[in-house]
Amino acid sequence: MNATLLAATSTGEAAAFWVLAPIAVVAALMIVLSRKAVHSALWMALTMMVLAVLFIMQGGIFLGVVQVVVYTGAVMMLFLFVLMLVGVDASDSFVETLRAQRVVAVLLALGLGGLIITGIGRATFPDPVGVGPANDAAGGHVEALAELIFTRYVFPFEVISALLIVAAVGAMVLTHRERLVPRKTQRELSAERIRSPHPTPMPTPGVYARHNAVDTPALLPDGSPEDTSVPEQLQRRGSSRAKASIEDVTELEAGES
Amino acid sequence: MNPVNYLYLSSLLFTIGAAGVLVRRNAIVLFMCVELMLNASNLAFVSFARMNGNLDGQIVAFFVMVVAAAEVVVGLAIIVTIFRTRRSASVDDPNLLKL
Repeated sequence: MNATLLAATSTGEAAAFWVLAPIAVVAALMIVLSRKAVHSALWMALTMMVLAVLFIMQGGIFLGVVQVVVYTGAVMMLFLFVLMLVGVDASDSFVETLRAQRVVAVLLALGLGGLIITGIGRATFPDPVGVGPANDAAGGHVEALAELIFTRYVFPFEVISALLIVAAVGAMVLTHRERLVPRKTQRELSAERIRSPHPTPMPTPGVYARHNAVDTPALLPDGSPEDTSVPEQLQRRGSSRAKASIEDVTELEAGES
Repeated sequence: MNPVNYLYLSSLLFTIGAAGVLVRRNAIVLFMCVELMLNASNLAFVSFARMNGNLDGQIVAFFVMVVAAAEVVVGLAIIVTIFRTRRSASVDDPNLLKL
């Protein structure tokens, strides 16, 4: 890398900036404005990618790659994973619990933004030097970063590694749940099944119903839904369509008569 | 183009993130907005590193990234735990301490 690397912005960098910056701002706005959390997560991934490119444009090559790997790879995956766990279709309610909270929040944000931007606008910055000299002094970009991390910043580095371990242990402690009753063996399960009033397999879902999906209960000859045909797990989660199918049947009957 | 434009972009993203934290109700989206703010600060750090010609800014950005990752892990674990007991990811629902 030459010594004058990134001291001033080239035309190419300016063009890339003016293309990428609006994308980043729009994607960031969409994170806030999307109603569904999954859409927010996808816009977030886009923002992260754009920021990674901006890092690389400014000489943070290693940082840009880490941004892609850690943020768009690991953190966003974790976000999506938890979203799927917690319920994808849970969209925000638009009922304000505090009166005029949204208006006040937007005003506060505008004030904060105005404050930061005027602060930057009034500051005097030195002529940009570029990271080239710093890289050359250590014989390469990654070498220069490694030298800093393991000399001047070695104590923060150790502290941060401790933080990571604490975070990992904390996540395990928080999400761990003790088993209250011992797990039933297959033998106990089959004995239970034979003693139960319904030893044969449960009825299959969707029989005579409008759909044959697993969440649609089978219909009995009188048109009422058979709840045992829907897997217990789905019933407990409340995603069985029992109600809908009764409505379907009455609708059908009304149409036929 | 002046490299200060990167700082303007960074402050814009930071502001949008802050607005999101204040406006949104879903705990996960709230977390994403916090991540956005952290990333915006990273952009500022990288720009400062480039302006001043040393790599300290980039090192600080690394540390911010690690802290953000740790924060996400613990935060999402808390969200999952709250969801287990309250069946909701909204930040309005856990109001047991309210009179």
